[in-house]
Amino acid sequence: MSAAADFDCIVIGAGHNGLVCASYLARGGRRVLVLEAAPEVGGAAITREFAPGFRVSAGAHLLQLMPRSMIEELSLKSHGLVFAGEDLQTIALSSDGAPLTLDAGGVVGLPAAERTAYSDLMAQLQRFGRALAPLLNAAPPRLGTSSNADRLSLLKLGWQIRRLGRRDMRELLRIGGMCVYDLLQENLSTPLLQGAMGFDAVLGTNFGPRAPGSVFTLLCRMAAAANADRMAPALPQGGLGALSNALAASARSSGVTIRTDAIVQRIRVERDRAVGVTLASGESISAGLVVSNADPKTTFLGLLGSEHLDTGFVRRVAHLRSRGLSAKLHLALDRLPPFRGLDGAALGGRLLVAPSLDYIERAYNHSKYGEYSAAPSIEITLPSVQDPQLAPAGAHVLSAVVQYVPYALKGGWESARAPLVASLVEQLDAYAPGLRRSVLAAELLTPHDIEQQFRIFGGHWHHGELALDQFLMVRPVPGAAQYATPVAGLYLCGAGSHPGGGIMGIAGRNAARAMLARAA
Amino acid sequence: MNEAPLFREPLLRTPFHERARALSQLDSFIPWNGYTTVDVFSTVEHEYFAIRNASTLYDLSPMAKYRITGADALRFMNRLVTRDLAKLKPNRVAYAVWCDDEGQLIDDGTVFRLGESEYRLCAQERQLDWLLDSAIGYDVDIADVTEAIAGLALQGPTSCAVLKKLGLTGVERLKPFDIGSFALQGTALTVSRTGFTGDLGYEVWMDPRDAEGVWDRLMAAGHSRGLRPLGSRALNIARIEAGFLLPNVEFLSAERTLRVGRERSPFELGLDWLVDFEKGHFTGRRALLAKQRDGTRRRLVGLDIEGNKPAHNALVYSARSGRKEIGSVTSAIWSPTCKRNLAYALLDAPYVAVGTEVWVEIYLNSELTWERRMRSARVVDKPFFAPERRRATPPADF
Repeated sequence: MSAAADFDCIVIGAGHNGLVCASYLARGGRRVLVLEAAPEVGGAAITREFAPGFRVSAGAHLLQLMPRSMIEELSLKSHGLVFAGEDLQTIALSSDGAPLTLDAGGVVGLPAAERTAYSDLMAQLQRFGRALAPLLNAAPPRLGTSSNADRLSLLKLGWQIRRLGRRDMRELLRIGGMCVYDLLQENLSTPLLQGAMGFDAVLGTNFGPRAPGSVFTLLCRMAAAANADRMAPALPQGGLGALSNALAASARSSGVTIRTDAIVQRIRVERDRAVGVTLASGESISAGLVVSNADPKTTFLGLLGSEHLDTGFVRRVAHLRSRGLSAKLHLALDRLPPFRGLDGAALGGRLLVAPSLDYIERAYNHSKYGEYSAAPSIEITLPSVQDPQLAPAGAHVLSAVVQYVPYALKGGWESARAPLVASLVEQLDAYAPGLRRSVLAAELLTPHDIEQQFRIFGGHWHHGELALDQFLMVRPVPGAAQYATPVAGLYLCGAGSHPGGGIMGIAGRNAARAMLARAA
Repeated sequence: MNEAPLFREPLLRTPFHERARALSQLDSFIPWNGYTTVDVFSTVEHEYFAIRNASTLYDLSPMAKYRITGADALRFMNRLVTRDLAKLKPNRVAYAVWCDDEGQLIDDGTVFRLGESEYRLCAQERQLDWLLDSAIGYDVDIADVTEAIAGLALQGPTSCAVLKKLGLTGVERLKPFDIGSFALQGTALTVSRTGFTGDLGYEVWMDPRDAEGVWDRLMAAGHSRGLRPLGSRALNIARIEAGFLLPNVEFLSAERTLRVGRERSPFELGLDWLVDFEKGHFTGRRALLAKQRDGTRRRLVGLDIEGNKPAHNALVYSARSGRKEIGSVTSAIWSPTCKRNLAYALLDAPYVAVGTEVWVEIYLNSELTWERRMRSARVVDKPFFAPERRRATPPADF
C-alpha cells in the first residue's frame, strides 16, 4: 500500500455497513477514513426529530439481524448500545376479531392442531436457516473457477444442506423457489397467521406473497436471524441512530477517522486503479483502497462512471432491480393509541396489519400499476412505549413500514402525499379507534424520499432486490460479487452485496475481511 | 422504403434491387443481413477480373450503419473499440474491432468520423443493442441509419477515372481512408476511399431515394472503363487476397457463440495492431491485458498450399502422417492474380511462425468421386496481394 496516500482505505458512506467495515479494517491495522455525506453518521439507521419533541428511527426501526457476535466484537455495549426492548413479540392485528400473538416458538390463542402446525413449520424453517447461516459470513464462492477456496465453499454449502437429512433436504430444495402463499396454504389454515408469516417473506421486497421466490426471502431472513442468534427483533434505546452512534464510537476507538458533511462526488481512478475520492467541495483525498457502502448503481454509474467499466458489466448494473416499494410513516400521537385487544405492554411489540395472504397480494397489485393501495400491509412499532424519551411525557411515536408504495406514483407524488397520509391514518384508526384524533404531526417517506434523503438509488432498503437472481455469487452482479470490483482498489461493502441489507452489518465485515486477505 | 411487415417479406430489398435484378443473368441471390443480394451476376471469373483490371459496382446497402452524435461521441467511440480513435481526424475512416468484457470479438467494422462529434459505424451485423448499452453514462445519441443510407462500392483500377468522368471533381485528391462530399447535379454524395478488395477503390454513400439515379449514372460513366456489377462470390476472392476477415467465416461474434472457446480475441485473429492499451479504458481492456500476459493458444495465419485445389474447410496437421491436428482452414481460394493456392487457417500457437511447414487435408470432388489429398503448405505473411495503386494519390489514370 502506498505510504504516500493520505489513508490506507477510504470508506464511502457511514451507514452501518460502512462503519462495521471501517472498524474491521482499522482492527486489521489500516488507516481508515469514513466519509459521510449527511451531517450525522448512520445512513438509513438514524434517529431524528420529525416533530417538536418527537424522535423516531427515520429509516430502519428494528434491530434483529446484526449478529450478537459482532455486537460483542465491536464492544457496542460499552460504546453506548442499550436495548430498550428485546425479543419483541409479533402481534397480527385483526379488523374484526382478537389479535394473534406469535413469536419464533409458537402462537397463542388458536386450536391445538394449528398451534402445532405453526411450531413445526417454524422449527423446520429455523433448521433451514441454521443450515444456510454459515453461507452469510464469507464472500460467496465463484462458479467455474479452479480456486480451491471457491470449491471448498461450494462443497460446504452442499454439505450443510445434505446434513439436514433426507427429508429436510428434499423439503428445502422443494420449497426454495416456491411462493410463500403456497407454502403457507399447505401448512396453516388461519388467514391471520398466514398473513403474519407471509408479511415477513415480502417485507422490504418488490413482490407479493404469490411471487415465486418469496419463500427464498423468508429463508434468507431465517438464516440471518439464526446467524444473528436473535429470533425476534429488538429496539435500541434512542432508536437505530443510537446503534449507529455506538458503531461510530467503536470505529473511532479503533483509530478510524470519520468525517460527516463530506459528499463524495467522484471515485478517482488512475492507471486503472482507484486511488482516492474527490469531494463535492473540490477536496481530493488519496487512499490505497476505496470501499463504497453506497448502493451498486450509485457506486458504479454515479461515483465511478461507466468509462472505467466494460459495457457488459454496466449493462448488468443498469439492469439490477432496485426500486423500493416500502414507505415509512411517522406519527406524533398525544396519547397511546387504543389498538383493539391489546394492553399497554403488548403495544411495545411489533404490530402487523396483514390479516391474510390475499390482503397482502391485493395491496401489492396496485403497485404494479403505479398506484398505492387503500388497504396496505403495515408493520407498526410504538418505540416510545419502551423508550419514553423519544416523545414528550404521555405522548407517543408511531413508526410504520407501509407496503406497497410505488417509487414512481402515477401522476407524481407532489399532490399525493397528504391523501396517502390521510388514508393510512384512516387504516390505522380501524385497528385503533380514535387514533386519528390523537395525531399531532405526520411524516411520510416514500421510496422516492428514501432515495433522496438516504442516497439510495431507487430507495430500496436492500440496495437492490433480494432474490434468487440477485443473491450469493450473482449479488449485486457477476464481476463484483466477492466485494472486489473490476476496478483494482475499489470494493463494495454495502447492502447491495452479499448477504444483503436489513441492519445486518455482515456485508461490511465480509468486505473488510476480503480486503485484508487480498492485501496480506 | 420497406413498408411491408417483415413477416410478409422475410428478406428486404435494397435501394438498388431493381437495377441488380435487371442485370442478374443467373438469378443468383443470397441473403445478407436481412436483405436479398446478388451472389453472382454473370460469372465469378468475369466479375473477379473486373475488380483487378477494370472496376466493379457492389451494393453495400445491407451493411448495418449507425450514427453516433453528441458531446461524448469520441469518448463513447474510444470506449467501444479497441484502437485509439482520438487520432482519427474528421473526414477520415478507420478500421476497428470491438470486444465484449472478456476481450472476445463482437464484430469488426469501419468508423467514419464525419465531424467533430459525429461518427458513423458500419458493421457486418446489427449492433444497436450493444451500442445502446455502451452508451449508458455517455452524452450521445445513437441512431440506426441502415435504411437511411444507401451504399455502393466502386472498386478497381479504373474506379477513380469513373468517378472523375461522373463529374466528381477533385475525387483524385482523396487519400486512402479520406472522406469527401460531392454534389452531383443536386444529388449529395459522400465518397470514402475505402473498400474490401485491397485495390484502388471508393465507397459512395447516398440517400436511398437517389440510389437508382446514381447507379445509372455510374454505370453509364463506367461503360468505357469496363465497369461491371459485382456479386459477393467474386468479392470474396478479392477480400481474401487483400487479407480482410469476414465475420461468421473467420470468427463468430462473441454474442453468438454458445460453446466455450469458440469466441475469438483480436490477438487470435492477428489484429494486435488494433489494440491500444495506452489510450485509457475500453470494454475488454482488462481481459485483453490478461490475454496478452498469458499468450494466445492459436492464431489466424495465411497459408500457401501446394497444388491448385482450394483447401475449403480443410483440417491442418503438423506432419504428413496426419496424426496431430493443429487447426483448420477458415477461407480458401485459388488466387487468380497471385497464381497461388491460398488460405487462412487458425492454427495452434507452436505452428504460426512464418515459414513453418504444415500439412493440409484437402477433399476433392472429381466428377462426383471424393478424393483426399494431403498437401504441404507454408505459413506466409498477409496480405497476399497489395498493389501500389491502392495507395497512390492521385491514382494513375487507367
